[in-house]
Amino acid sequence: MSSPNSRVPALAALALVAMAAAVAMVAFFAPEDADQGLSQKIFYFHVPIALTAYACFGWGAWKALRHLWKREPGADLESYVAIHQGVIFGALTLVTGSIWAKISWGVWWAWSSNQLVLFLVLFLFYAAYFMLRFSVEPGPRRANLSAVYALFGVALIPVSFLAIRLANDFIHPTVFTSNGPQMSGRMFATFCVSWAAMLLLAGALYHVELAGKRLDSRLRELRELLA
Amino acid sequence: MSYLADVATLARKDLRLELRARDTLPAMLLFVVSTLVVFHFTLPRDASRLAAFGLLWVALVFTALLGLTRCFAAEREQDVMDGLVLAPSDRSAIWLGKAISMLAFLVAAETVALPAFALFFDPGIDGRTIAGVALADLGICAVGTLLAGMAAASRARELLLPLLFLPLAIPIVIGGVGASVAGGSRYVEFLALYDAIFAIICWASFEYVVTE
Repeated sequence: MSSPNSRVPALAALALVAMAAAVAMVAFFAPEDADQGLSQKIFYFHVPIALTAYACFGWGAWKALRHLWKREPGADLESYVAIHQGVIFGALTLVTGSIWAKISWGVWWAWSSNQLVLFLVLFLFYAAYFMLRFSVEPGPRRANLSAVYALFGVALIPVSFLAIRLANDFIHPTVFTSNGPQMSGRMFATFCVSWAAMLLLAGALYHVELAGKRLDSRLRELRELLA
Repeated sequence: MSYLADVATLARKDLRLELRARDTLPAMLLFVVSTLVVFHFTLPRDASRLAAFGLLWVALVFTALLGLTRCFAAEREQDVMDGLVLAPSDRSAIWLGKAISMLAFLVAAETVALPAFALFFDPGIDGRTIAGVALADLGICAVGTLLAGMAAASRARELLLPLLFLPLAIPIVIGGVGASVAGGSRYVEFLALYDAIFAIICWASFEYVVTE
């Protein structure tokens, strides 16, 4: 119990350093986009946040699978915490995407942006995950139901992506694309550092949250023993 | 073979129960026709034919949802679920039997809904729409039955099912509306893909929904 927790400060410090490096690189190292100018720099946050949200959902589903398949103790809690992180990063994706849409297309919301619509669907789906989880008594039943629903999520991501691509044909004849000109080497390097920083941040948050939740459940067990 | 016999028995039990009690199907029929009448008054006179198709899909999804909220009601009220889980058959047979009976209800409701839609809106229903509806029914029943099983285990019950179901139904609606209003067979193919993916997941995971 104590050994994974002692790594958390190191991970958090690493995330802080990486995030500072990413911000510095976005500000000073990455060249300004020829088309969109300064506003394109939100790309270095928006896309890494979105990819990190996918990573969180994927990790949550992986832990859900481990719970159902191997009956790994604690996998249920890990799956829940990962999905919780994913929802936070998903909400941030919606916010940053909305800001970017306002600046480059002049509207706060664009149904023609596939990624934004996909994140809205996923956000609704995973918000329902919380509704499900908090309306079932804690115990093995809740762990199973949450795990099955989390597995539905990873199937829903590609299926929804495909569906939203298809829907553009009859809902929007024209499609904005957020792909500007090809990324230069310096842009790509900045993007990679930003993404690594975001993943480290998510990892650090995940471990902090997990430690807190584990402490909670230990405390509850002790209370029940005393009562 | 005994797996299929179990499934058939379970589905027959639900259909016979419905024939005797008439709990679900009359409600679905009345709901879908009332919804279509309401939709008539929501469309302005010069609204396009395509908008009517969109509303048809709203009506179908919500009618299915109405039936699905009653899906495990009998089992829950009479505490039959424990008996079914203890029965010496594969647990996925419970899901498959239930999904088949739900499919029967939904198809019965649509045999009224589609002619009523054609009568009220004169949209010109073609074969692709029928194929879209048929494939969407499979997906709705497969996913909806499993989610109804989840919702039945929760405190919120009927309240929870639409929240769980609608995000998963968005691809079905896209495929269905696409099949109705846009050309090309790829929407029908997409619906078939959806059905295959989610039917496999539901079949494999239903056991965990009803057991601890």
